[in-house]
Amino acid sequence: MLRIPCPYCGPRDHAEFDYGGDATVVWPALDDTTEAWVEALYFRDDPKGPHRELWRHARGCRLWLIVERDTVTHEISAAHPAHPGMADEVTAQSQAETPSA
Amino acid sequence: MKRYSVFALARNAMSYHQGWERAWRAPEPKSEYDVVIVGAGGHGLATAYYLAKNHGVRNVAVIEKGWLGGGNTGRNTTIIRSNYLQDESAALYELSRGLFEDLSQKLNFNIMFSPRGVLMLAQTEHEKRALKRTLHATRLNGVHTEWAEPSKVKSLCPIINDSADARFPILGGLWQPRGGTARHDAVAWGFARAADDLGVDVIQNCAVEGVDVQGGRVVGVQTSKGAIRCKKLGIVVAGHSSVLADMAGFRMPIESVALQALVSEPIKPCMDIVVMANTVHGYMSQSDKGELVIGGGADGFNNYSQRGSFHHVEETVTALVETFPIISRLKMLRQWGGVVDMTGDRSPIIGKAPVEGIFVNCGWGTGGFKATPGSGHCFAATIAQGEPDDVAAPFSMGRFAEGRMIDESVAAAVAH
Repeated sequence: MLRIPCPYCGPRDHAEFDYGGDATVVWPALDDTTEAWVEALYFRDDPKGPHRELWRHARGCRLWLIVERDTVTHEISAAHPAHPGMADEVTAQSQAETPSA
Repeated sequence: MKRYSVFALARNAMSYHQGWERAWRAPEPKSEYDVVIVGAGGHGLATAYYLAKNHGVRNVAVIEKGWLGGGNTGRNTTIIRSNYLQDESAALYELSRGLFEDLSQKLNFNIMFSPRGVLMLAQTEHEKRALKRTLHATRLNGVHTEWAEPSKVKSLCPIINDSADARFPILGGLWQPRGGTARHDAVAWGFARAADDLGVDVIQNCAVEGVDVQGGRVVGVQTSKGAIRCKKLGIVVAGHSSVLADMAGFRMPIESVALQALVSEPIKPCMDIVVMANTVHGYMSQSDKGELVIGGGADGFNNYSQRGSFHHVEETVTALVETFPIISRLKMLRQWGGVVDMTGDRSPIIGKAPVEGIFVNCGWGTGGFKATPGSGHCFAATIAQGEPDDVAAPFSMGRFAEGRMIDESVAAAVAH
């Protein structure tokens, strides 16, 4: 059982999250070769040890995260927002929505 | 090898069973073999056995990091069936199921094959239609299956909840009377003993640490017991295929995830068939010891830890209580996990690797045990001939680039 430190919501049980797979995949251009697409779609490093992966806090804030997790020990060393700048925007919005005393 | 028989049993009884010979040797590795198989699980040992038996290739070593049959071979729910939708899968799994029929006699080792029948429940209209499609496909492929109406389902397995008020009512089932179970450890032990008898070296506690490739061709492996040269290398290391591939310098279309199973406390006989309930996501049979053997879906993330998540156990058990209400008060006795390798189309990879002389047999996902003899049979032919045989050919790694998927995303009859 994992506990994922969502940067928006804090530490949450992994049952709240959906797995999005390897975050190191670089998607080729639409007109790239078949080989490039086969590599990106099916072939994976599948490392035994540190793994950079995508999780979506589906039953929480619904935002995508990039999580650094060890596939043997399950230790999570970091969890970042998958979209840069999103964290600031969400924080700014929530501050704007907070009613003043 | 001294044959096991009733006479051997009687003879050894005279000497208080002190005179039994070892079932297989514990050899030190030679410096060179014609074929080295990495992984002494069921598939690897079956490959070695058929290499020696069918192809006369006897200078073979099977190298194992831990102990023989200690990986997924000893961690599954021992179900054997061949009611697969796709033609390629039906050929492979029916070959395997057929080999199980007389495997105890062939190996002179009781693998306890029990063709008690496998029933896949239809609990939604959609599922009923899908299973009927599978029924017709399997019959066209010569695999014996039947449609069981709800009354037959209830007579086959009286503990099923057939109430009309059930959240998932019983609408029928896909019945394979010659499917069943076998003793998983015995399958590994039987193949190991028979292969050893034919001259194969089974080398345990010998981890592969590197693969030697020269000029694009494999020349040997580095192990914890020293270097071993080989002409051909077979990689049969479910769960760690990507790790071995990395040593040899190529990538695999595989991700390793954990699959878990559990058994209840032993109870009196209450079900004598295997039931797979796809909609509620669980499958169950009763072992000879009386434990209910329960399996569910795989954890949905990359995992090398041989441990499953608790909430998946909860999901599986909750779902099964719905269909089998009598289990609601049972205590669960043991739970364990194994690392399985998943491919994009949930079908295995059997064939040549991008490095000359290396062959891979992997990607069995959540359903490899049933394929053990068939997998060994066609993989041995592939290694011996250097080209895949008719059964193995569709399962080449190249199918991903060619778009020839063998889509069996219901391989364990549950969603992955």
